[in-house]
Parts: sequence; C-alpha cells; structure tokens
Amino acid sequence: MTVNIRNLIRAGAIASVAALALAGCSGGGDDTADSENTLVVWVDANRAEAIKDVVSDFESENDVTVTLVQKEFGDTLREDFIKQAPTGKGPDVVVGAHDWLGSWVQNGVVAPLTVDNAGDFEEVATQAMSYEGQQYGLPVSIENVALIRNTDLDPSAHDTFDEMIAAGQGIVSAGQAEFPFIVQLGPTADPYHLYPIQTSFGAPVFGTNADGSYNPDDLQLANAGGDEFAAKLAEWGSTGVLNINVDGDIAIETFVDKKTPYIITGPWNLERIKEAGINYSIEGVPSAGGEPSTPFVGVQGFFVSAKSNNALLANKFVVSYLGTEEVQTAIFEAGKRAPALKSAFEAAQSDPDVAAFGEVGAAGVPQPSIPAMGQVWGDWGATEAALISGTAGDTTAAWQAMAASITAKIAG
Amino acid sequence: MTQLAGAPGTTPAPPAPAVRRREKAPLSLSGILIKIIALSVLNAIGVYALFVLFVAGSWLVFGLGVATLLVLDWIYLSRRALPAKYLAPGVFFLVIFQIFVVVYTGYIAFTNYGDGHNSTKDDAINAIVAKSLVRVEDSPAYQLTVVQQLGTFSFLVTDPDGEVSLGGEGRPLEEVDSDGTSLDGYETLSFNDILNNQEAISAISVPLTDNPSDGALRTPDGTSAFLYESTLLYDEASDSFTDQATGTVYSDAGNGEFASAEGEALTPGWTITVGFDNFVRAVTDESIRGPLLGVVLWTFAFAFLSVATTFALGLFLAIVFNDSRMRGRKVYRVLAILPYAFPSFLSALVWAGLLNPQFGFVNNVLLGGADVPWLTDPTLAKISILFVNLWLGFPYMFLVCTGALQAIPDDVIEAARVDGARNWGIFRLIKLPLLMVSLAPLLISSFAFNFNNFNLIYMLTAGGPRDISAGVNVGATDILITLVYKVAFGAVAGRDYGLASAFAIIIFIVVATVSIIGYRRTRVLEDIN
Repeated sequence: MTVNIRNLIRAGAIASVAALALAGCSGGGDDTADSENTLVVWVDANRAEAIKDVVSDFESENDVTVTLVQKEFGDTLREDFIKQAPTGKGPDVVVGAHDWLGSWVQNGVVAPLTVDNAGDFEEVATQAMSYEGQQYGLPVSIENVALIRNTDLDPSAHDTFDEMIAAGQGIVSAGQAEFPFIVQLGPTADPYHLYPIQTSFGAPVFGTNADGSYNPDDLQLANAGGDEFAAKLAEWGSTGVLNINVDGDIAIETFVDKKTPYIITGPWNLERIKEAGINYSIEGVPSAGGEPSTPFVGVQGFFVSAKSNNALLANKFVVSYLGTEEVQTAIFEAGKRAPALKSAFEAAQSDPDVAAFGEVGAAGVPQPSIPAMGQVWGDWGATEAALISGTAGDTTAAWQAMAASITAKIAG
Repeated sequence: MTQLAGAPGTTPAPPAPAVRRREKAPLSLSGILIKIIALSVLNAIGVYALFVLFVAGSWLVFGLGVATLLVLDWIYLSRRALPAKYLAPGVFFLVIFQIFVVVYTGYIAFTNYGDGHNSTKDDAINAIVAKSLVRVEDSPAYQLTVVQQLGTFSFLVTDPDGEVSLGGEGRPLEEVDSDGTSLDGYETLSFNDILNNQEAISAISVPLTDNPSDGALRTPDGTSAFLYESTLLYDEASDSFTDQATGTVYSDAGNGEFASAEGEALTPGWTITVGFDNFVRAVTDESIRGPLLGVVLWTFAFAFLSVATTFALGLFLAIVFNDSRMRGRKVYRVLAILPYAFPSFLSALVWAGLLNPQFGFVNNVLLGGADVPWLTDPTLAKISILFVNLWLGFPYMFLVCTGALQAIPDDVIEAARVDGARNWGIFRLIKLPLLMVSLAPLLISSFAFNFNNFNLIYMLTAGGPRDISAGVNVGATDILITLVYKVAFGAVAGRDYGLASAFAIIIFIVVATVSIIGYRRTRVLEDIN
C-alpha cells in the first residue's frame, strides 16, 4: 500500500510540474506578443539595485516590461553604447557620465531630452547634462574632489594653501607625520586632482560662451595665472610638497596610515578613511593663488538612445520616474554621491560628508564634455609631471609650449 | 622512413580492402543515436538562429546561415564526405574567428569608421534634425491626448489656460469644442495604443500657426506636448541643411558629413568608404611622421633584444638544470617556471609598482633607499622594459629549451666525446645547431609576439616618459602598436577605427615579411638533420 501511495504522490508531483511548465510556456507566449513595449536599460550594479522599486512601479503602471542589463560603469560601457546604438541592438536608456556626452552627441547616439522641471535640479548638474544648448541627460548624482583633513593631526582649517603647507611642515618636523600634504599624481601627474589648485590662480581650461557652455577656441590655460601656477608646481616639486612618485594607491594609503594631515580626494575614498577610524573634516581646497579654488564636478545620469524604438516610453521612464525624489535618494544611498535633484540633495544633507562635498562642489564647474577636452589631458598631465619632477627647464616656456601644442591639436 | 619503404614483399598487402570494408560497415546503434542527437541539436540551434536573423531582417547573414547549415547537414549525412567530416568543425571556426576578423579589418581600413562617422547617412540626418529641434524658451507644457481618424493621428491639446485645440502633421492648431480627453468623430488612443505607434507619434510635429517660424508642437512622452523650433531645415531634393537663423547651407561634402561652403561641418557624419586615405594618412600624419623612425628602431630593438635575452637566459638555465650533477633540479625548475604562471599584464602592473622610484621595493629595500628613476628616465625606462620582459619571458624559453635538449640523443654526444670534443665544442657545434632546428620557428614567433607586445609597454610605462618639448604624444618606450593606439584612439576626432585598421594591416605586413624571411633562412638549418 505504502508503495502505491508513494507512486501516486510521485505521479501527482510530475503532473503538477508539467502543468506549471506548460503554464509558464503559455505565459511566455503572451509576453512575446507584447514584446514591442519592452524597455532595455543599461545600468551599473549599484544603481540597478537602487532603481528596482521604481522599475516595478513603472512596469505595473504602464503595462510594459523593463529589462535591466548590468554593465560595469566605465569606458567599456561608453564605447559599447557608441558601437551598438547605430545597429539598433543598443539599449533604450543608458546610464552615463556627463563628460562622455560630447562624444555621444558627436556620434549621434543620444537623443535630446525634454525635462519640464529642469529648475528642480542643481544648476551645475543641468548644465553638465547639456551640450550645444540642448539637454540630453537626466542628472542623478554629482561628485567632486575636496580637501580631507585629519583633525587629530591638525584641528584647524586654513585660509590659504601656503598656510596649510606651513602647518603641514610643522607637523612633519614635530615628527607626527611624514608628508606635509598629499595628492595622487603618478608619472603623468593628475590634472583632475590638481585642478582646484590651478583655478585658484585664475587659469581654467576653457573660457565660456554667454550661455555658460565651454568655448573650445578660447583656451585659458595659457593666461598669466597659468604661468604663475607652473612656477609654483616646480617650486612645490623641489620642496617635496608634490611628488609624481605618489600614485592613487600610495596617496590614500599614506593618509589612512596617518602619515599626512591633508589629502585631496573624492567621495570614492571615504569608505577607506572611515574604516581606518580617522577623524576627518571635508572642506574646500585652500586658495593658493588668491582666487577661489573650483574643482571639476562630474555628473552622472540617464540618457535616451537616439535609435530607441520606444522613444516615448523611454522618455517617460527617464523624466517622470527617474527624476523623482525617492529614486534620487535611493541612488544616493547606494553610491553615497550627492543627488542632483535639489529636494533630494537637501534631504541628503543630513549626511555630513555629502553636505561637505556638496558645498565644495557647489563652487565647482562641470568638467568640460566638449570633444576638444580629449586633446587637453595628454599634454597637460605630461607638462605638469615634468614641472613637478624638475625636468621641464624654464617653467613659463614649458607651460606656454604646452598651451601652443594643445591649441594646435584642437585646431586639427 | 625511406628504409622501411624499401623493404617490400615481406607481408601481403591487406590494408586497402580493410579500409574499404570499414567505410561501408553499418554504424552501431549507439553511433546512429549519437549522430541523430548531435545533428538535431546542431539543426535546432541553427534553425533558431535563422529565425532570429529572419525577424531581424539581416538577409546576408541569413543567406550565409542557410548555406552553412545545408552544407554541414550534407557533410554529416553523406557517406562520401569522410575527410570533410573531420575538417568541417575546424574550417567553421576558422572562418568565424579568423577569416571574418581579417576580412572585416581589411574592410574597415578602407572606411572612415570612427567617432563622428559611426553609422549610416539616414541616422546622421535624423540625429541632426533631432539636435536642431530646440524647445522654445519658457513655452508652456500642453496636456496631450492623441486621437485618430481614418488612420491619421492628431494631437488634441489643452494649453495651460484650459483652451482645447486640435492639429496634426502639417495642420496648424485649431480651437475645438471638447473637454480635452476626447472629440466627436475621433477615436482616443489608449497609452498602450500610443506605445504601439511610438515611432509615428514621436515624429509628428504640429505647427502652432500658419507661420512655420512660430514653432511646432511635439511630444516626448505621449502625454504632454511642448513647443519646439527647428534651427536647421533638411531639404531632401537638394540633400542639404539650411540654418534658419543665418541662412547658411550645409550640403553633402562627399567626405561623410554635411559642411558649409566655409568648411564648417555638422555632427554627426556617417560612414563611407574612403579608398586608400587611411593608408596615406598613416604615413603622412604629422603626429606619426615625426616620431616614426625612432619608434620603428626601438620596436625592432625591443623585439630583437627581448628574444635574445630571454633565449640566452632560458637556454643557460635549461642546460644547468639539465645537468645530472645538479641537485634539487625539480625545485629549481618549478621556481623558474613561476613567472610564466602569472598573467603578463598583471605582472607588468606589479613591476610598475616595484620600480616606483621612491616607494618601490627595488629602490626602497634592495637598493637601500636609492632614488633611481627606473621608469621616468628615457634610457632607464628602456632598460627596465627589457629587464621586466626578460623576467616575464625566460620561463617560456627555459621550457622549450629543456624539452629540445632532452630530445637530443645521448649517443650523438657520446660519439662526439669519443671523437675528442670538449664541452664547449659539443655545445657550440652539436647541441646548439640541433636545438636551433626545432627552436628557430619558436624564436621567430616570439619575435612577432614581442613586436606587438602592447600589454607590457602599456601597463609598465604607458609609453612614457614623454619629451614634453616634442609636442606629439609619443614617449621614449612607445613601440609601433602603442603609437598606433595613441594616434588612432586618442587623437583629435576621438576613436578612428579606419585608421587603426590601416595601421594593423601595415604592421601585419611588416611582421609577416620579417617572419617569412626568418623561416626561409631557418630551412638551411634543417639540412643538419
């Protein structure tokens, strides 16, 4: 008897599994009938997790399917999108950084976006997502570098860079640290991290047009402030304030080992500093040249593909769903980068680190996304490295030669 | 072999009939089953792929797919195609992974494919049109209901003052009597209907008035409409864009972009074939012509010295560890192979850290805090590159030399000793020539590999250090392939796949020529056998 019952149960189990499988198949059939209304979104792991709720809301409210494809955030994503969008196999919506926008527009792979409430976003974010007068992306997060100070080694902030270095040297000679100050450089320097110092001499990369966009024909690097900055780089190089042997890993390690009181870095290194149990304060980089120091601000957001077959749906998803406060807050909590929506930004101020980085970033400028910027990095970094390592010879000549070379390359 | 063939008649010759019999023998049941299953799986995958291709409308690939599947089926069902059964899988993958790549690279080398020219002309026109539509500043958002009559879509819009109007493609807005959600005689589209007609609806532009310069209403999301102005107008007849504000005409310039008479181009452009332009540019481009000679010399020096040093060290160690008087040979052999076990780009990164002038292990610990600029001085950087490549490459040479040494018969050596040869003489006159017979082809392929050793250069020095007075972005340790990378992927117009492919072909020709000459000369060595 028992054997029979077991067989019966087994048969029942098999039948129900088969029924389920059949049901699953027929369900799948229904889905394919509706497959025209599927939105494909390329997103990185952090943000994929953060937007899950809003995706399921969007699916049920509009009776559509959203497929999230996880991609590593970086150059591969940017390149894949350029290559795949024209073939029609790309996504409808893609996450990206604002400084990729220039090449995306140049390749015609992103579509302009109409955001009804552009004023609700931080101005720097909206500006960064715009190109040649058109807005292309919906901004979600803002990031920038700032000065992080070890408050145990130096409890007080300083007004100028020189004062800070003097204080740092005092700490070093007291034997409490090894380096008066640290910033990541490496063999080709790091113009991005040095930019707040450079701008305090009044030497941005490009001048701006009336509408706030960058003008590639107006290279400001070579102005008088630039020469002054070049001379200072050489001086700091010889006195050991700046050191091209310090790369990113060495820089953050030196700081968490309490071998230096100050570091210029971004929110991506905060986790390590917290883990090391260091008491810190986040503030703007003190001015070295007398003018305000403005870091580059990087903005990340979502873009709609120019080749999307679901343009209306994609637009609705990006503008009406990803632009809401709850989504911006969720993405902020996943990545700890300041939200771009003003209301979410204000709510995030309860996190003192975000508030501090955000305050520094509010004084910043968006990193140029014009294609001409691609011509700047190479010469800029190589020249800074040569100045710091003392191999550049006459500082003004080297700086002006760099500017001339960049101008020639932009002119093509 | 000739001696064996010269001994006939000892046995009758049975093999020929045996082979014929085996060919005709029926397959066993399990054999047939496996064949049926394997063929069904192959066909299932193939047919599925064909369905996908059919739906996607890629007819060329679809045709190739049908042909391939039929040929494969014929080969495995036929009784006559025995050699093809063994060759087919190899040929199939050779075509996909080698021949297609080579042919495609060749094709790209004759196009301007790259940043700014990465799609078709239609895509470019659409992108320029979309770019030139600018939302009229401070224009209000209109509430939108899409309605249709006789298959024609119309916009039923409610402006912020509550006034309801109707308009369609080319039909300016007219006030109508409606509540803004439906209209007599028209069918209101549900959101799902709108989604199913997205392309048509997003293309509709409804003029605000009879005057086109007042702008037109478009919808980005199907539920609201905004007023847009077009700054550029495309004229299909003359195939040109006209700037509404300045009157500038941009026409097809023949080089894959729309340009004005002054040469100002609109972005994006599109991909066209450009003939030998890329090859001409590859040898005339200012940023290449200047540093080219130095880079080519260093590339040859680097590839040759890398092979020479690794071979010398590998051979030396192989001989030493092959000597029976050496104790603990196995341990040494394992240690010598270790560098081979790490991925080379990882090792290069680690070495870049070890050679850091201030914080690196080499200077800090081994040299007691010396400040030797290993990677930032032009000459030292070259030496460091060669040294690291020696560390990376000698295990391979050690392995092949050990194998080749052990293959040399002992009696040959003994015979030489009997003839009175000393150790050095045995090595120089007997072992080395015998080794070279089997190793020369490996040395040539090793040369070809190092000629294009992008990983090592890029991870260790990134081509640096750079001479900042030179103005071109080329450093002291750049070899051809890293120069190509910098020129093709870091230059003015961004990525230039056409130029990169042209370079790839040129480098291929150089490497192939060197290799062919090398192989020709190694045939002389085979006379030793």
